[in-house]
Formats: sequence, structure tokens, C-alpha cells
Amino acid sequence: MSTVPVRLNVNGVKHTLEVEPRLLLVHALRDKLALTGTHVGCDTSNCGACTVHLNGEAVKSCTMLAVQADGEEVTTIEGLGTEDDLHPVQEAFWNNHGLQCGYCTPGMIMAGAALLAENPDPSETEVRHALEGNLCRCTGYHNIVKSILDAAGRSSSEVSA
Amino acid sequence: MIPAEFHYTAPESLEDAIQALVDGGEDAKLLAGGHSLIPLMKLRLAAPSLLVDLRKVPGLHGIERQDGAFRVGALTPHRKLEFSPELGIVAKVAAVIADPQVRHRGTIGGSLAHGDSASDLPAAMLITEAEVTLQGPDGQRSVTAADLFLDYMTTAVGEQEVLTEIRLPALDGWGSSYHKFNRRSEDWAMVAACAVVKANGSTCEDVRIGLTNMAAVPLRATAAEDALRGQELSPENIAKAAELAAEGTDPPSDLNASTEYKKHLARVMARRAIADSLAA
Ligand SMILES: Cc1cc2nc3c(=O)[nH]c(=O)nc-3n(C[C@H](O)[C@H](O)[C@H](O)COP(=O)(O)OP(=O)(O)OC[C@H]3O[C@@H](n4cnc5c(N)ncnc54)[C@H](O)[C@@H]3O)c2cc1C
Ligand code: FES
Ligand code: FES
Repeated sequence: MSTVPVRLNVNGVKHTLEVEPRLLLVHALRDKLALTGTHVGCDTSNCGACTVHLNGEAVKSCTMLAVQADGEEVTTIEGLGTEDDLHPVQEAFWNNHGLQCGYCTPGMIMAGAALLAENPDPSETEVRHALEGNLCRCTGYHNIVKSILDAAGRSSSEVSA
Repeated sequence: MIPAEFHYTAPESLEDAIQALVDGGEDAKLLAGGHSLIPLMKLRLAAPSLLVDLRKVPGLHGIERQDGAFRVGALTPHRKLEFSPELGIVAKVAAVIADPQVRHRGTIGGSLAHGDSASDLPAAMLITEAEVTLQGPDGQRSVTAADLFLDYMTTAVGEQEVLTEIRLPALDGWGSSYHKFNRRSEDWAMVAACAVVKANGSTCEDVRIGLTNMAAVPLRATAAEDALRGQELSPENIAKAAELAAEGTDPPSDLNASTEYKKHLARVMARRAIADSLAA
């Protein structure tokens, strides 16, 4: 089957890939660009483990073709912060024990960061709604919500169980 | 899960997109947000030979008010509808489609052309009495929402037609509300009801009620509408009218709910939607 060129700006780096049109964005990121921080959980658009930012908006990269991102900007968990300079949401997940096994975490952080970019001072309810597309099998969500509120500068005592 | 092989094109004009559909034959498919089509392709329930991506076609985005109606481009994502409160019921419905990620990608045109019986926007199109514009090789035509949905995943959109825009009458002065029943917030509706109410003082001047997932196509709860129109908008009258919401329906039972339970849900969702329309 023929391939098509795809120009992707991923985490500020421009790439031109020759891909089959059926290649999913998540596989382009993981298998072609070795950015394995973006996870595949359900592979059916439900769990949000594959969440990345497309032009700043949270999307599920298992439900997009790489060709649909041609010419666009993609940010993955690797591009959100650096080890020395974590993104506030990353820092807050660390401080608030926002993860257990960590499988859902890149997606949770990308969804949380997208929320704060749009709404820097969300209520707990708004945080919970923003995470409707992200499933966690471990934490019960409590510390995830707490982490995102902490990153927004809200005291965690405002968070109810 | 990886889709079967296909060819891909992203034409830069509407004419080229339609031509690509014509040249591609019956296995060619349009691609909008891909949030219905790509999951089907991954499951190999759909295997188009050619995808014609609409992403570069100009003029299919955005929301514009023209006199008494809004013109909504087919590629407008749910997320944009959600944050356009001037759209009334349509904004409220869009806000509870799936989750933020899905709403960023999924489009109104894709949702209406696809015609999933559990999808949220179709019933809202019925009660706003919206119309869609379809452009094909033989020109342009308009189809009302009442004529658009034909059967499960079957709409009046022809295989070589592009749904280009939706004309939504602005229901200025009407209150509206949407009640969707599902177990988890990102789920599809088990049953949902949307209502728009025009009150004159405490009297119901007009009311329209739409039902989601009560049949293969969205429905109007006309018996309930007729019972409330012209009446005092009291809780008793609203409850009485809502009791008729499932009248004449025979929703198939599915994994989530039996026929009887769906009818019960329709009555409850309709009552809540009418009552909340008065507040908003
Ligand atoms: C996890 C998940 C949960 C979801 N939950 C809900 C929900 O709760 N409620 C809900 O309503 N929806 C839900 N959806 C569906 C979502 O709203 C879809 O985005 C929408 O139904 C289809 O829009 P699309 O732009 O993605 O269309 P696509 O998937 O690109 O296309 C769908 C179909 O329509 C055709 N088509 C697309 N655009 C046009 C056009 N302009 N003219 C003619 N034909 C066209 C395509 O050829 C295809 O056959 C969900 C989807 C996912 C993945
Ligand atoms: S892997 Fe994409 S939503 Fe689960
Ligand atoms: S921390 Fe294990 S899935 Fe969320």
C-alpha cells in the first residue's frame, strides 16, 4: 500500500514521516518517533491513556490517524516539561501522590494541563468533568483531582473525598 | 487494532472532495473528526477503500448568526458548540457528548451524517427544526431534520454528498434543557430528552420535546407536547404531560435497558427537561 508524507511538529521538533494512511497517531509517536510516554490502554477511545495535545487541545491519539495531524502541533508528555523543570501538573502529581501504577498518568496529566490552559482556576467539579475521558484503575481519582487542583494553586483542603 | 488498508486524500475544495467521492465509487467515505468512523475501522466493521478527509476544505467551520437563524459549519467540533451559549439547547446537548477529548475532534456534521440512534445532537435538531445543506455532484439541496434520519445509522445524506452546513433557527426567548441518562458520564445515552419551552407568563405558549435512543431515529414526544401547549406551567401539568412522553414508542431493549425501562426513563427525563427549561 502506498505511503503518504506527514509533517508533524512534535514537542517543538519538526518531523517528516512517510506513513501508511492507516497509521494511528499514537503509533506514529510511539513506534516512529520513540516517544513511548504516550500509552495505549483500551485502544477503543475510552480510557484516555493516549491523550496528547493537538494544537493545545487534549485529544485521544488512538482515535486519530497520523495524516489527520499533518501540519499540526502535537505535544506529548515528553514535551510538557523537562526533568529539571517539570510542568506544574507533573510537579503536583509527584507532590500529591497522584499516581500508583502510573499507566494512566501521562494521559491524566495531559488532560489536566489542557484544562488549566483553558481554565486556570477550575472548581473540583470542573476538574472531575475534565477527566471524564480518562480512566484510572488504581487511585480512585482522589489524588489525581487533588493534584490538578494543587497545580491550579488551590489548597487541597478544598477537596472533598 | 489497526484499520484495514485504504487510500487517503485531503482535497482543498468542496468540488474536489465531491469529485473524489464520485471517482472513489461506493467504497469511498468522507472523514470529518473520525470519532465514529475510525473506531469502526479499527474494529474492521468498516473498511473503506478511500478516505476523503474534509479537514482542508474551506468554509465548513464556524458559527454565524444570519437574521433569525444560526449557520453552523459541518466541521464545527462539539467543543465549539458547547462554548457557544447563544445556541441554546444545542450548546447544552453538545456539552454532554462523551468527554472533552472526543468533543475536541467530533463534529456536528459527522454526528448528523452518521445517524447513530444514541447520539445526542439529532433530537436537538428535531426540536429546533433545523435544516441541513447537502452538496453533491448534481448540486445542492436542503433537508429538514425531520427528513434526515431514516433508520439506524442511515440518513438522507447520499453517498456522494457532503453535509456542508446546518441552519439552526434561533429560539430567542425559549428556555431549554437536556437530560441524558447514562451510567458513566462519558457514556452514550441510555435514553435522553431535550426540551425547549416558550412561556408566556406562567402559560406554555409552545413546547417541543425530543427523545434520544427511543427508536432507530430521534423522536418528537408529540403527545406530551400537545398536552402541555396552552396550559399553565405548573408542576402537576408538566408531570401529566411528561407521562405521555413515551406514548407510541417501542424502543428495543438492549444491554443497558429493557423496553419498559426505557419508556420509564423517557417519562422521567422529559419531566426533568421541561421543568428545567423554565429556569433556563
Ligand atoms: C468514546 C466515544 C464516545 C462517544 N460518545 C458519544 C456520545 O455520548 N454522544 C454522541 O452523540 N456521540 C458520541 N460519540 C460520537 C462522536 O460524537 C462522533 O464524533 C460523531 O458521532 C461523529 O462525528 P465525526 O466528525 O467524528 O465523524 P466521522 O467519524 O469522521 O464520520 C462519521 C460518518 O459520517 C460521515 N460524514 C462525516 N462528516 C460528513 C459530512 N460533512 N458530510 C457527509 N458525511 C459525513 C463519514 O463518512 C462517516 O460515515 C462518541 C465517540 C467516541 C469515540
Ligand atoms: S488508548 Fe486511546 S482512549 Fe484508551
Ligand atoms: S495509577 Fe494505575 S491506572 Fe491510574
